[in-house]
Amino acid sequence: MKRRILLTGATAVAALALAACGANNNPTAPPAGGGGGSTGSAGGSGSITVGSADFSESQVLGEIYAGAIKAKGVSVTTKPNIGSRDVYIKALQDGSIDIVPEYTGSLLTFLKGTAPSQEPDAVYTALKSTLPAGLVVLDKSTAEDKNSMVVTKDTQTKYSLKSIADLAAHQADITVAAPPEFQTRQQGLVGLKSEYSFTPANFLPLKGAAIVNALKNGQAQAANIFSTDPSIPANGFVTLEDPKLLFGSDNVVPLVRKDKVNDTITAALNAVSAKIDTATLTDLVKQVDVDKKDASAVAKDFLSKNGLG
Amino acid sequence: MLINIGGWLTDPTHWTGPNGIPTRVLEHLLYAGISLLFSAVIAIPLGIVVGHSGRAKWTISIANSLRAVPSLGLLFAVALWLGPKIASSLAYVIPSVIVLVLLAVPPILSGTYAGIQGVDPAARDAAQGMGMRGGELLRKVELPCALPLLLSGIRGATLQVIATATIAASISLGGLGRYVIDGLSVSDYPEMASGAILVALLALAMDGILALVQRFAVSPGLSGKFRNTPGNRPVVSTTARGDAATEPASPTDRADDQREALV
Repeated sequence: MKRRILLTGATAVAALALAACGANNNPTAPPAGGGGGSTGSAGGSGSITVGSADFSESQVLGEIYAGAIKAKGVSVTTKPNIGSRDVYIKALQDGSIDIVPEYTGSLLTFLKGTAPSQEPDAVYTALKSTLPAGLVVLDKSTAEDKNSMVVTKDTQTKYSLKSIADLAAHQADITVAAPPEFQTRQQGLVGLKSEYSFTPANFLPLKGAAIVNALKNGQAQAANIFSTDPSIPANGFVTLEDPKLLFGSDNVVPLVRKDKVNDTITAALNAVSAKIDTATLTDLVKQVDVDKKDASAVAKDFLSKNGLG
Repeated sequence: MLINIGGWLTDPTHWTGPNGIPTRVLEHLLYAGISLLFSAVIAIPLGIVVGHSGRAKWTISIANSLRAVPSLGLLFAVALWLGPKIASSLAYVIPSVIVLVLLAVPPILSGTYAGIQGVDPAARDAAQGMGMRGGELLRKVELPCALPLLLSGIRGATLQVIATATIAASISLGGLGRYVIDGLSVSDYPEMASGAILVALLALAMDGILALVQRFAVSPGLSGKFRNTPGNRPVVSTTARGDAATEPASPTDRADDQREALV
């Protein structure tokens, strides 16, 4: 046991070292005009650098933030695909980037070490008071990327389902497909039973695309899929409401360096957050991951449709 | 770590219910048993025909080359293909059985083929001289003579199938692989290691049982147990090759043996 702790410690140290390396090696020095990424009009002192994490949803959001700010006449540079949270938070703190799209629940868990299972505003307030000095969050959007229970359109119509609570009445006919860990976690079968008195007739422990296929092909009637997964619009799946907030809250929110915040940027990003909900975000992710469009093109399209860019 | 595994294996809650060790062992044996049954039904008759006639030997080569197919990849491929066609858990059972059958057919087929092909021509001649024909010859002489190799083929197949049936858990089925996959998903290493140990123990136990079966099912004339009695040598050698023909004891050999035994 002791050895395991040591090993874990060593791994953590190694990970931190790597993360630090990543931050240092990243070409994320303050922009000096015509650096990497898509550049703005000029590289003046008022210039803003928008970063994003290493998955397409974050990159689309980053491009949207950048586009919305640019539309206000501020010069903007993007540094997409920086890495994981450890890396881009460091980049934010050392000033290599100024803005990054974040998630309220995940960021709070990262900073505090606990998984909050509360309603969106409570998580947002808790996050505000937990943020390290020098960093602020602007308005959160209603868009959430979190665990969710998803059913097919047919099942939804057949049982007229609206929320997860409606599953309990039909539990004898429902098989749930989810990752293996779903079976033992609070944000899983345990919580579904305690919060919604729902115990599925059968459980299929599967992974990734196999979960989507099981739902699509009828081996399962409900599945645990992330709320912005492109398979949801691609297959016409319906996400069930989670009134008891079993899966917590994880709203999209811009995380910004305090010294870069001004009225122009606040207004631009709050306008974006007001226009993004989970369905919109899911569709944006689908355009990038399924339709293989360029993240910046998808962002540009979204901004012009919503009169933001 | 070892203590953790011991603790996991001796925890009474892990011995009851649908996720208990007895249930998982039975599931595991069920998948393995069904697959071995199908494999035997396919491989033994085919092996007999090829061994007996000496024709279509390419089937053996093809079956052996199938051993190179990666089981896990094939499992996912078949599951992906069957998924849209069957809307029940059979969509996971059938791919698992197919993969395990493909794994078990080559050793059983090779064993049967080699066993039948290696039957001492002298024994066959003698049987024919006694008036045996076709089916009777096969049942009374060729199969018993081929039994040691046939059974070792089945033993090899069983060992491999029990070890590999673990992958059924990766497409949501039960069996002992559940502990490995579920343990991995929540970083419960004692659970993973216990699952692996149970698979190994089950495979060894089945191999031991089959070794006993082999010992009692094989004719004493072949197994060599006869040698304990001085003056008696097996009429047919256990070696599968054609060189068996040189070995059967001629009267002079026997006399030599007796002399040796006396000295």
